[in-house]
Parts: sequence; C-alpha cells; structure tokens
Amino acid sequence: MTRLLEVINLKTQYNTTDGIVKAVDDVSYYVDEGEIIGLVGESGCGKSVSQLSVMQLISTPGKITGGEVIFEGQDILKYGANSNEMRTIRGGKISMVFQEPMTSLNPVLTVCRQLTESLELHLKMDKHLSRQRSIELLELVGIPDAKKRIDNYPHQFSGGMRQRVMIAIALSCNPKIVIADEPTTALDVTTQAQLFEVMTRMVKQIKTTLVIVTHNLGVVARYVDRVYVMYAGKIVETGTAEDIFIHPAHPYTIALIKSVPRLDEPRGRKLVPILGIPPNLINMPPYCAFRPRCAYREQCKHEESPPMRHIDGDHYIRCYLDVKEVAW
Amino acid sequence: MVNSTKDNTILEIKHLKMYFPVTKGLLRRKVADVKAVDDISFTITKGQTLGLVGESGCGKTTVGRCILRVYKPTDGQIIFKGQDIAKLPVKKMRPLRRDLQLIFQDPYGSLDPRQSAGSIIREPLQVQNIYSTKREFDKRVEELFIIVGLDPRMVDRYPHEFSGGQRQRIGIARALACQPQFIVCDEPISALDVSIQAQIINLLQDLQAKFGLTYLFVAHDLSVVRHISDQVAVMYLGHIVEITDWKELYENPLHPYTQALLSAVPIPQPIIERKRQRIILRGEVPSPLNPPPGCTFHPRCELASKECQESTPPLRKITDNHEVACFKV
Repeated sequence: MTRLLEVINLKTQYNTTDGIVKAVDDVSYYVDEGEIIGLVGESGCGKSVSQLSVMQLISTPGKITGGEVIFEGQDILKYGANSNEMRTIRGGKISMVFQEPMTSLNPVLTVCRQLTESLELHLKMDKHLSRQRSIELLELVGIPDAKKRIDNYPHQFSGGMRQRVMIAIALSCNPKIVIADEPTTALDVTTQAQLFEVMTRMVKQIKTTLVIVTHNLGVVARYVDRVYVMYAGKIVETGTAEDIFIHPAHPYTIALIKSVPRLDEPRGRKLVPILGIPPNLINMPPYCAFRPRCAYREQCKHEESPPMRHIDGDHYIRCYLDVKEVAW
Repeated sequence: MVNSTKDNTILEIKHLKMYFPVTKGLLRRKVADVKAVDDISFTITKGQTLGLVGESGCGKTTVGRCILRVYKPTDGQIIFKGQDIAKLPVKKMRPLRRDLQLIFQDPYGSLDPRQSAGSIIREPLQVQNIYSTKREFDKRVEELFIIVGLDPRMVDRYPHEFSGGQRQRIGIARALACQPQFIVCDEPISALDVSIQAQIINLLQDLQAKFGLTYLFVAHDLSVVRHISDQVAVMYLGHIVEITDWKELYENPLHPYTQALLSAVPIPQPIIERKRQRIILRGEVPSPLNPPPGCTFHPRCELASKECQESTPPLRKITDNHEVACFKV
C-alpha cells in the first residue's frame, strides 16, 4: 500500500482573549491508499479541527502553528491556504463531507449548481457534460428520480437525502481522500446505516480512501480498518480496530468502551461513567491531560505529558502505564 | 373513571390520538391533519420504565407531551392513577403536575440563562406552594442539589457556568423538586458527550430505585433503551408497531421495522460487528402529513403484500406480553 497522506506533529491554536487554545496539539497520523480510518473522540477534542487543518480551512483566530501535511510527497502546508495549489487539492484531490447536511449546502442554489461547480472547476467539464455527470452521481448515491431532483433546492430534500447530495459532491471529482466529518450524526439510525453503506460501496467503486471522524464507537468498529482516538487535542491511542476495541490499552479508551451500553451484553451491568468533565483546552497542565479523570491516576507519578509509545504491531498509546484490563 | 386501574398500573393510555391541524390561507382554514399520534394504547406499571423508541418524526415526543398535557389530545384517554386526565381543564390539571414531570433533551435550551440554578429548582416548589418559609425552600433546594450530585455551594451560579452534564443534573433536580411519581425523560442524554452519558443514565437509575419513580423513557438510542427499560414500545409514523418487555424485544423482535432498527445499531466490537447481518431499509420515513395507505411501513417493507397496502394491521397479541402490528407475523 502506498502512503497517501502523512500528518506530522500538526499544531493548530486559537488565540482567544482567555488564552491560547491548543485545539490540535502535536497530532501525527498517516493514511494509506484504499484504507478506511476512523478518528474518534468527544466534542471539543480537536478531531474536526485537525481535519480542517489538513484542508487549511482554519479561519482567525485559529492558526496552524506547526507541523507538516505530506500529501503525494509534498508538504501542502507550505503552499498556503489561498494558493492555487491548495485550491486544486481542496475539493479535487481531498474532499470533505461536512457534519450538518442542513447547513452545509447553500440554500439559494440548486443542487445541480452545487454539484457542477466543482466538476467545472476541477475537471474542466462543460455545462452539459457536468450536468450529465451530476445526474449519474446522484443516482450512484441512491437519490431516486435524479433527473428531476437535480433542479431542486436543498430545502426540498430530507436530511438523509441532503447528506447523500453532500456525499455526491465530495465524490464528484474522484478524490484521493474523502474526509467525512460526523457524516451521520444528525440522522436517524436506519438512515445512518444506508449512508454508510453508500459511502463504503463508493470507496470500493472509485478506489478512494475514507477518513471517518465520529464520536460513535459502533460505527468505527463496523467500517474502519485503523482507529485514532483523540483526547484534548492529542492522539492518545492508535491501532487496528481489533487493537482498540478488543485490547484497548489507554485508560481513556478503556473507560470510553466501558461507559456505553451494548446491544450484545447481558443486561444489568452498571455502566462505569468517566469521572469529571472534558477538560478546558485553555492553559492545559504540563502533565497528561486525562490524568484528572483517569481511573489509574494514583499509579501515575509522571509530571510530564507522556510520549507516544509502541505496544505491538500498529498499536501505540500515549500513556506511561501498562494497564492490563479487558475492556468489558 | 376509577374502575379500570389494576393495582400496579400507574398510567394507562387508551386509543390516544393527537392530530395537529394544517391550516392554509388568510382565514387559516384547516386543510389537513398531521396525525402525529394515531390511536396508541399502552400501560405503565408503577416503578418501571417504558422505553419509547422510534426515528425522528414518529411521534414519540408528542406522546410524552400529551401525557403531561402540554398538548390537549384530540381523542383517547390518559388514565393516571385512576383518573382520566386527557380532557381535564387547566385549573384541575395544576395540582396533578406535582406528580407528572419532564426531563428535557437539551440542557442548554431548557434552563433559563438569566435565572440562577437554585432559583430554577425553586420555581416548581413555589408554583406548587409546597413550603411556607424561605428557610424551608432553601433547605429543599440544597437537598435536591445533593440528590443529583451537585455541590450545594453552587446554588447561586447561572446555567452558563455549568457543563452540559451538570446542566442536565439541574434539569433533573427541577423535575424531582415536587417529589413526582412519574417522569417523562425526553431524550435526556442524546445532547451529552459520550463520556457523560453514563453518569446521567446511572443517576436516573439510582433515583428510580431510591424514590420508586416511574419513567417514560423516550429515546432513539436502542442500546441505552435496552439498558434502562422494562417494557419497550417501538413507534413508526404515529403508531406503535411492537410492544413487549425488553428481553423479548431484543431477543425475538417480530416486526420487520424493529428488526431493521436493531440491525442498524452497531456493536462496538469489530469481530462480532462485521459478522452481523444487516437489514438496510429502502427509502425514508414518509411524511406524516401524507402517510401511505394500509400499513404505514409497507413501502419500505420486504414482506409487504397486497393486504398490507389495503388495510392497517391492528396491534395483536402474539404471546401474553408481546404485541405486534403486522399481518406477516
């Protein structure tokens, strides 16, 4: 497998009046061709911002302050957000499915206009051809009666249908990487299942690579090859889906898995909540950000933030302790 | 209406209907009805939890609101402790509101930002005139703070100073203030962070054990509903399509919609999850303004036949406590 994208020590900060928010703090990950990777974490842990940083869609007061984003052998951070190179990558080679299908489509433009826009820009298609291609794309993502529906406005579509349109737009230019940022969060479970089915099918069909950003552990377990778990701006654990769900090693991952009820467990287990609340990213302590909530904090005497540590295979954790515990 | 209550039944819903009129034009002529809840019946036993699941727009929140008489139901009976409250006038309803409370979904929108936490919790006590002196009110508020796991020193703080989980605790304390017997929990955890959800689920379970509360737990997360409910009712487009106890529903779901719904819930264990059979439904939930004829689920159902298109299947008993609305079962 070829390495498609490699993010090295990426840092994104927001300068606010209360202090510096390190939204993405030294994040490194890689994506190989044809993989599906998952980025999991709670709201505010920096998972979305890390993806927006890759696309260089960070606006003030946010700023990418360090790191490299190597895509096809080039550090694309060097191009600068407004450069022509970045414009061809954004939406062309790397595209994004945004979180809220209700607000991320432009309400005053027809679906046709929004689909053909990137086709005309990136693939230099003419009006007629791009319209043809748009209809095909809509059929591909499962919108019935696509020939008629293409001239509708977003408000004439339901939430699930709008997200299908978003997926069609993201896939329109045969991108190398599709970043799906919480693609189904606002939708019902049966619609969620439909959409993931569409997305994974498309990944196989047009041979693209998918990055799924989500807080839903179940979704990750089903579709993803490799997982990155984020907490307070840092990646705290990474490994294959089996590593993460069957042999989790970071106390946060273990706690997260223990805190959700599962459909296949015997009932009656008392859920184990994670203590405390997610941290405020302003003025983070020098030690491990999870320590105040960690179930094993008594055992940890380290005053510095732990480095990434190899366990086995692809499995790495950011923790000093060797916690041997089955998640559940 | 005192006769029909069995000893342990706290709430009985009979043929409840809630239609919202759709109006048009200057004179607001009624042109159609949205049948948000269409002829549903169930009972809840004291001290138990009924989980009400379904997708958005299926009418599950409306059921909760009808029980609390936020809405005046179009038809049907809501028998709470032997008394039909469906058509009770507002004045007579007020004393009953002590017993019937609500926990909201959104802990951000459901607390007045200009009221302190203590004053939010004190409000229902004052409305119901439960105590006479300020000291008694203060003491009860402090007690409630401790019950839901908040520091009583925080009574004078405002909602924005609390985290999402803490705000939800304030909402729960407010619901508990008048010592209710029945609480409608309307998606109480879906707006919270994953790591916080377990705290609130545990709190709700502890409170139920401590005060003998009865819950109507409205939610769309089937794993949480399985964890917390005794009985589970599945709703689709204003109808209950299946109702039974939790074990039966999750181990032996009979309605095709329930089966699809359950198979769509992923299990966070990759080896098990990748082997699971999944039923992917066709299409989407139709608009309740213009529901399909016959069984409302038939356009999406694999088993649908002519019969399903023509007549609505009634909820019928399969075993003693398992009812399904489907011809094919």
